[in-house]
Amino acid sequence: MSVTDDRPTVDQDVAALSVQNLRMSYVVREIPREVLRGVTFEVRPGEKYGLVGESGCGKSTTAYAALRYLPTNGRITEGSVLAAGNDLISMSGKELREFRASRASMVYQDPVQAVNPVLKIGPQVAECFRIVGFGRKESMEKAREALERVHIAAPGSVMDRYPHQLSGGMLQRVVIAMALASEPSLLVLDEPTTGLDATVEAEVLDLVRELCQETGAAILLIAHNLGVISTMCDRVGVMYAGRIVEEGAVREVFDNPSHPYTVGLLNSIPRHGVRKTDRELFAIPGNLPQIGEPLPGCVYLDRCPIATELCRTDAPPTPELADGHWTRCHYPDRIGDVPGPKRTEWDHEIGTEEIIGVHGVSKTFRQRGTEVPALVSIDLGFADGETLGLVGESGSGKSTLAKTMLGVHEADEGGAITLRGRKMANRSTQRVEESIRAIQMVFQNPDSALNRAWTVRRILTRSITKLTGLRGDEADKRAREIAEAMRLSPRHLDMRPRQLSGGLKQRVAIARAFAGDPDVVVCDEPTSALDVSVQAAILNLLARLQRDVRTSYLFISHDIGVVRYLADRIAVMYVGRIVELGTTEQIFAGPNHPYTEALLSAVPNVDGISRDRIPLMGDIPSPADPPSGCVFHPRCHRVIMGLCDVTEPELIELSSAHQLKCHLSVEQLSVPVEITPTAD
Amino acid sequence: MSDENSHDAPDQAPDSSSTAVAETVSDVETVNDLDDEPEFDEGAGTKAQIKKEQRRILFRSPGFIIGVVVLLFWLLASLVPELLTQWGPKEFVTDGEGNPLVRSKPSGDAWFGTDKVGRDVYARVIYGTRPVLITAPVAALLAVVAGTLLGLTIGYYRGWVDEIISRIIEGILSIPSILMAIIVIFTFGSTRPVIIGTVAVLFTPTVTRTIRAATLAESQLDYVTAAKMRGERGLFVITREIFPNVVGVVVVELTVRLGYAVFTIATLAFLGLVGSNLTDADWGVDVSENYELIVRDIWWPTMFPALAIASLVIAVNLLADSIQKATSS
Repeated sequence: MSVTDDRPTVDQDVAALSVQNLRMSYVVREIPREVLRGVTFEVRPGEKYGLVGESGCGKSTTAYAALRYLPTNGRITEGSVLAAGNDLISMSGKELREFRASRASMVYQDPVQAVNPVLKIGPQVAECFRIVGFGRKESMEKAREALERVHIAAPGSVMDRYPHQLSGGMLQRVVIAMALASEPSLLVLDEPTTGLDATVEAEVLDLVRELCQETGAAILLIAHNLGVISTMCDRVGVMYAGRIVEEGAVREVFDNPSHPYTVGLLNSIPRHGVRKTDRELFAIPGNLPQIGEPLPGCVYLDRCPIATELCRTDAPPTPELADGHWTRCHYPDRIGDVPGPKRTEWDHEIGTEEIIGVHGVSKTFRQRGTEVPALVSIDLGFADGETLGLVGESGSGKSTLAKTMLGVHEADEGGAITLRGRKMANRSTQRVEESIRAIQMVFQNPDSALNRAWTVRRILTRSITKLTGLRGDEADKRAREIAEAMRLSPRHLDMRPRQLSGGLKQRVAIARAFAGDPDVVVCDEPTSALDVSVQAAILNLLARLQRDVRTSYLFISHDIGVVRYLADRIAVMYVGRIVELGTTEQIFAGPNHPYTEALLSAVPNVDGISRDRIPLMGDIPSPADPPSGCVFHPRCHRVIMGLCDVTEPELIELSSAHQLKCHLSVEQLSVPVEITPTAD
Repeated sequence: MSDENSHDAPDQAPDSSSTAVAETVSDVETVNDLDDEPEFDEGAGTKAQIKKEQRRILFRSPGFIIGVVVLLFWLLASLVPELLTQWGPKEFVTDGEGNPLVRSKPSGDAWFGTDKVGRDVYARVIYGTRPVLITAPVAALLAVVAGTLLGLTIGYYRGWVDEIISRIIEGILSIPSILMAIIVIFTFGSTRPVIIGTVAVLFTPTVTRTIRAATLAESQLDYVTAAKMRGERGLFVITREIFPNVVGVVVVELTVRLGYAVFTIATLAFLGLVGSNLTDADWGVDVSENYELIVRDIWWPTMFPALAIASLVIAVNLLADSIQKATSS
C-alpha cells in the first residue's frame, strides 16, 4: 500500500486549504474503520474546488475534516490539514474555535437544520457578527446588510421572522449570509442545493459564485450532482472509497475523463439530450467497498471493467495527463476499453387508446375553514405504453395529482378519472379491484415505502394476493418471477429492506407496483434519493419494463434531464394547474410557456453549454392564495401588466399536441428574453 | 468482509437465465445481460457480523451483566426461596443456645439482622420477592397490552375517537397516581387482582401516548399509503403493517413500566394497601412496619427491604438501557 502521496502541490502556505495524505477512521461498534484512505488536494486562494462522488465515498467526511469538525467517533490517523498555512490538526480547542469563527465557514445540506428554530433571523445572523467582535447594535445593522447582500428582498421584515416562516431557498441564503459574516477565506459547502428545486438551486449557486468573486473566498464544494460541479467549479476531484481518483480542471475532467470511475459516472447520467429510444444509461456494476475494508491495490478494482491482476496487488500511480489533470489508474491509456452504454432497439409504439384519463379534476383541501385549491381542473390522459413526464417546482401540486389519481386523496365532485373510458371511484377504498390493479405507484423514498418489518417475499406476495387473487405457492412463484424481472436475485426475497441498498430497495418497490400487472405506474421522483449510477440502473429498468410490457408511466421528477430521457410527453405544473403540455421534442424545442422557459434554463448541466438563466423571482405562491389572473404573472419575465394580472389565460394549442396556458402569442414567446442581471 | 461483498453477478447469470422468465416480460431476453446492471449486495453478509458485534458489546457492557445477575438472583429467590435461606419468613430466629434474637444487628446468625419481633430480615427479603415479581410484571404487561391496543387504534384512525381518548388520558394523568390508587383500593378492596388492575390502569395512559406517537409517525410513511392503495383494511394495516414496526417501542415501554410497577407496588405496600395478611413477607410492608425504628438506630429491618426494591428497579433499568444501547449502535 502506498503510504505517501507524491502528487505535486502548490506551496502549502499559500493554499486556502491543503489536505495532505489524510487518513481518517470512524469507530463503529468499537472497531476503527478507515473512511479516508489518504486524501490529498488543495484549494488555492479564490479557487472553486469541487469534490464529487457517490454517497459513502467520503466527500462529506473530507469536508468536515477540512475544518476539523469530526463526529465523536472520528479519528484522524495520519496526514495534515493546513488552512492558509495553519495546521488544523495540532490546533488547541481555543485556536480551532477562533479559526472557525474568523477564517472558515461551512454551509450545510439542509438549511432547516442549520438554523436555530427558536431564534428570529435577525438576532441569529447578528450573532455571527457579535462573535467576530461587533457590538449589539452594530451587529444588527451588519446583519441587515448581510441579508441584503444575499438578495433577500425585504431584510427588515425577514429579520423579524422565525426560520419556519421562510422557504428552503430563502433559508439557505440566510445560512450563506451567516457563513460569510466573518469574511472567511474558505467556504465549505456540503451539498448546499441538494434539497432545493432546480430554480432555487440555480439562484443559490449564482449567489455563491457572485459573493465569492466579491470577497475572494475560496470554495470547497461537495456535491453528488455533476451538473452543479460543472457550473460552479474551476477544478474537480472525483472521490471514490476515500481516495481522490481523478483530479483536474472541470472541463478537462468532464470532457476527457481518464479514470474508469469518472467515465462510468458521466455515462450514467443522461447527457446531450439522450432519450430512452437512443441508448441505455450506464450503470456501474457492483457496490462501493465498505468502510474499513482493506484495499491494498486500486480502490476501484471490484467495479472496474479494465482491471487486471496488477490492479489487485499494486496501488496505481498517478500519471499526469495534462496540466494539473491526473488520474489514479494503471491504465489511463486503455480508458477507451471501458464499455459504454448500450444502444436500445426501441421498436415500441405508443398506443392510441387512452388508458387513464383525468378530466377536469380538482382537489380542494380544507384547512382550518379555508379552502386550499391544490389542483384546479386538470386534464391529462395517457395512452398505453406512454410516459408522461410531470415537472414543476415543489409545491406545484405534482404529488397531489398523483395521489388524487390513485385515490389516496379524494378528488372534488365534478371531475372524472377514467380507466379505459370508464369512470373510477374517487377514493381507493371504493374502487373496484380492477381499478386498483390497473394503477399503482412507486414512491420517492424506498425506505419509507417498504415495510421495514417485512421480508421482500412478504411485501411482494401480499401485493400479488391482493391485486391478482393468487395465493400460497402460486403467489410465491409469481413473486419469484417478478423479482427476477426486476433483476433481484432469489436470495433477496428473504431479506428485509434495511439489508438492501437504496437501489435494490427501489427495485423491490417497483416490483411491488408491478405485482398486479398494472396498466399505469405513477413514479413519484423514484430516483431522486439515489446515486447517479443507481439511478441509471433504475431508469434502464423502467424503460425496459415499458418496452416489454407496455406499461404507461406518470413520471414525476424535478430532474429535467431524467424526464427528458424517459418521457414521451411532458406536462408542466404550476400552483395546481397544468401550464404547458407537449411532446418531449416540442417542449425542448420551444417556444415555451414562460414558466417552462425559466425551469429549463435553470438546470445545471454537465455538458458545459452555458445558457442564460432566466431568474424566477420570489417563491412559488401558496395555492391557498393564488395570484389573480394568470397564476404565474408575479414571477413572469414576459408579463403584460393589465392583462396577465386580470384574466386567467385559456389553454391554447400551439401545434398538434402542444398546448400552453398563456396570453402571449407564439411570436411573442419566441422572442429571446433579455436577461438583466438582477437582484430580487 | 471483502469477499462477502464482492458482486456475484457472474456466477448467477447461467442458472437464472435458464429458469422461467417472468410472464410479464416473457417476450424479450431479460436475464442474459445481467452484467450491465449493478448487483447490489450491501450488508447481506454483514448482517450476521453486525449482530455479532452488537452481542459482543452487550455482553461486555457492565450494565447488562449487573442487571442480569441481580435479576437472576431475584428470580431464583422468588422461585425457590427455601434454597437461599435457612429460616422461614415467619420463623423466629434463635442463636446457638436457642435464645430468641430480637432486633439483633446483622451477624453470622442473621445476615441482615432480625426485626422487632425476631424474624430474620434476610429471609423476609428473600421470601418477599415473590409477591413483587408476580404483581409487577403482570401489571406492567396488562398496561402495555392495553396501551398498545389503544395507541395503535387512535394513532392510526385519528379523528374524533383520538380526540376523546386523548382527553380521557390527559384526565387520568392529571390525577396524582397514588391518590388515584388509594381511592380505587379503598373502594374495591386491597386484593391482589385489584392492585394489579389499579397499577395497570394507572400506567395505561402513558403507554397509550407513547404508542400513539409511534403509530402516528408510522402511519405517515409511504408503506401505509401503499397498503391503502392496494385496498387493505384498517385492521390489517394496524396489526400486520404497523404493529411489527412499533414492537421495539412496546418492548422498551414494557421494561420501563416494569421498573415503575415494582416501585408503585412497593409504595402501595408501604402505605398498607397491599395484601390482607401483614405477617406475609413483603418488601414494602416490611419497610413500613419497621421504619420508625430507624430513629433508634435499628436501620437494618428497613434498609435491606428498601435496598431490595432499589436493586430490582435499577437492575430492570440497566438491562433495558444496555439492550437499547447495543441495538442502536
